[in-house]
Amino acid sequence: MSFLTLTDVSKFYGASCVVDKMNLSVEKGEFVTLLGPSGCGKTTTLQMIAGFADVTDGSITLDGKDITHTKPNTRGLGIVFQSYALFPHMTVEENVSFGLEMRKVSKPTRARQVADALALVHLEDYANRYPRELSGGQRQRVALARALVIEPPVLLLDEPLSNLDAKLREEMQFELRHIQRSVGTTTIMVTHDQSEAMSISDRVVVMQSGKITQIDQPYTLYENPQTRFISAFVGKANLLQGEMVRQDTGSSIRIHGISFLCGETPLQAGSQAFLSLRPEKIHLAPLNEGLINGRVAARFFLGSQWLYQIETKAGMLQVVSSNSDTAPLQEHQETGLTWSSESLRILP
Amino acid sequence: MNKNGPLALLFNGLVISFMLAPLVVVCLVAFTPGNTLTIPSTEFSLRWFAAVFKHSDFVTAFWNSLWLAIAAASLSTAIAIPAGLAITRFQFTGRDALNGLFLSPLIVPHLVLGVALLRLFSLIGATGSFGWLILAHTLIVTPYVLRLIVAASSGMDRHCEDAALSLGASRATVFWRVTLPMILPGVTGGWLLAFINSFDEVTMSIFVTSPVTVTLPVRMYMYATESVDPLMAAVSALMVALTAGVMLILDRLYGLDKILVGEK
Amino acid sequence: MSQTQSKAPWLLSAPAIALFVALLLAPMLMTAVLSFNVFDYNTGIKNAYTLDHYIAVFTDDYYYEVFWRTFWIAAVTTGICLLVGAPEAYILSRMKTPWRSIFLLIVLAPLLVSVVVRAFGWSLLLGPRGIFNQISLALDLGNIKILYTEWAVIIALVHVMLPFMIIPIWTSLQKLDPGVENAALSLAASPFATLRRVVFPQVVPGILSGSLIVFGLSASAFAIPGLLGGRRLKMVATVVYDEYLHELNWPLGATLALILLVANLVVMLSYNKILERKYQKSMGLA
Repeated sequence: MSFLTLTDVSKFYGASCVVDKMNLSVEKGEFVTLLGPSGCGKTTTLQMIAGFADVTDGSITLDGKDITHTKPNTRGLGIVFQSYALFPHMTVEENVSFGLEMRKVSKPTRARQVADALALVHLEDYANRYPRELSGGQRQRVALARALVIEPPVLLLDEPLSNLDAKLREEMQFELRHIQRSVGTTTIMVTHDQSEAMSISDRVVVMQSGKITQIDQPYTLYENPQTRFISAFVGKANLLQGEMVRQDTGSSIRIHGISFLCGETPLQAGSQAFLSLRPEKIHLAPLNEGLINGRVAARFFLGSQWLYQIETKAGMLQVVSSNSDTAPLQEHQETGLTWSSESLRILP
Repeated sequence: MNKNGPLALLFNGLVISFMLAPLVVVCLVAFTPGNTLTIPSTEFSLRWFAAVFKHSDFVTAFWNSLWLAIAAASLSTAIAIPAGLAITRFQFTGRDALNGLFLSPLIVPHLVLGVALLRLFSLIGATGSFGWLILAHTLIVTPYVLRLIVAASSGMDRHCEDAALSLGASRATVFWRVTLPMILPGVTGGWLLAFINSFDEVTMSIFVTSPVTVTLPVRMYMYATESVDPLMAAVSALMVALTAGVMLILDRLYGLDKILVGEK
Repeated sequence: MSQTQSKAPWLLSAPAIALFVALLLAPMLMTAVLSFNVFDYNTGIKNAYTLDHYIAVFTDDYYYEVFWRTFWIAAVTTGICLLVGAPEAYILSRMKTPWRSIFLLIVLAPLLVSVVVRAFGWSLLLGPRGIFNQISLALDLGNIKILYTEWAVIIALVHVMLPFMIIPIWTSLQKLDPGVENAALSLAASPFATLRRVVFPQVVPGILSGSLIVFGLSASAFAIPGLLGGRRLKMVATVVYDEYLHELNWPLGATLALILLVANLVVMLSYNKILERKYQKSMGLA
């Protein structure tokens, strides 16, 4: 039974459609992320769920109740804004206790609940500090505590990690997931960062131009993207255009005269298609012993991996190889490349 | 940033001296023991300051100016807060025109305002009314308050209001507990700026004050055109002291350069 | 994030709107009407209408002289403020932190002191016992008479108006990317060329803005010509005062005041439009 349901939700600004007949069902306790490039409508969708933007068409239901047109201060949702939006003139404690004050919770109870919330985000000693005295990561945790202390049915996160530097972002991803799991709140996050979406969510909703293009678990989304855009947006992908051919051994895709075997596909022989292959699925092989030969055009050292750009007859391929004990390839070195036909994805 | 050469620093020194000269002279002459407008060199006396406090005209005029300035600053702040929020929070046709209207007293010469209000007051029988004088000053100082409130309101993170709403606050609570505290520096800075501008105002006031409601600058102007003695210097020195006091408070609260120049 | 409600902003602005309509728009309208009223020296303002006052202002030599004097005093004041204010703003912007704020404050603080006090201060400095005359006498140059001449008015006006010139220029300078000057120098431009071709064009909007404000305020100045110009040196504002409070010829005073206002607005709007548009294009709405 869906906890939060969006049914045919649309948003128009004048004549321009920003969200187009969106349908989404979120289960209780789930962590769902709306992922997409800027302008895809994900933030507008979140604003509609929160009540800050009017819904032009469609309905939003929470735990059986229609909240489509209820005021934002009666929905009782917990929200963490991109800028954290902490009240600068209040201490951390006063910030977190604000929502409880609005609910007329008694002072001693408030103090206890605030202390619990701050302990959850590891900021017990910061209760009397002001937001300006805190670092970005600490402010974010205060914002989280403030949203969670009211025990909301749904937690909304608007690009919560985008203002943090890379290292902190990674740490907070795990922290966020851990807190969400321990508290069990249904959570909807909005982000344009695909690695963030993949690492924390139970399900990822990919949006483009106001529409949902795919909803799946992170692993499924990564392994089986349904469009070229998704395959390139979520992770890196080698995309090469070619033609489908039918052979005795099965379906193949022919690119610049070379045929590659691929798995079952509904696409007809003779139609144009794209081959999508993840860089880490391509393996280095001795020369002439792989599916194709190539020459290293450039290489980049990424610490735990080597990224090779390899020129082949079929086109430029990006190959990622783990920084193991074997010696890395040199520039201009020739090598063979191989992969399993199961790793190939054919996209229209 | 390149450094300033000695020529530049000399130029700066001259400009600074130029700006301070009349104020310094006035304060010095105020301490003269004699009856003429000379800068005291050997003796310093407070007799002229004492004379000011005994001069009932000046004392009355001072109180008029003080209450007028407090009332005008407070009234203008009270109307500028909602107006400022309206301008910064909403998109509506006529917003720019409205903003222009509220800032127009800065462009209309005080002379013209004085003359126009004199006509109005005479037609509605408001000459001599302290209340109408307060309204006139409120009109003149509102642009100062409004500018600072608009700056503070557009500079604040609007999401804080949304956060407060989402946590269950009513719109009134959001205003009192979140918005107002966050724009308070702009509000107090605006009040002080309005106060000092009303207190100082002479050109418009000279047309709309009556012998009963005469303000200190007007009284000083009249006195300066009739007689010339150190009493005028003493009153002026006191006004400079008052202004310096207000400036100090403004600077502590908000940053004087921010108010006079505007936010970057 | 607010939703567009059509009534809320108007309700919030209502008290301010009421004040401005009642005390700004209505009186201005009344004054405009007043300028057409007939005035009789014996009986006062009459209910009939005439163009006599406008005709008098535009044909009588006396008014021509007053307007001309007002105009050139305002122009000279603006010019001096520009020659002094622009370099000063530039010098201030190159100072290091504690000094910059301190000097900026000293230059701007007089804005908060009443113009009466400042004018009085100048009358002390420029009068027969003032420091300039003392220096002149000490150097055996005889008495120099500054007070009650145009130059006394100009000097005091410059003092009052200088902050109004410095503020917009200062603001323009603050918006400058400090790296731009260094970029020019690294491309082998001389410091002077850098100033002329890189810094100056970006400051022009500030210069324009400052000049317009100073000109407008100087042309309508009252207290300074009143205290430093004496009975014979009249500018438009002091003539208006005379008409209103001495001659009681309000319609004529109203006429003069309105002409001053319209002249002010015309100068501001046309100058503004022509030159700023030129610079807005090159700077992309600077």
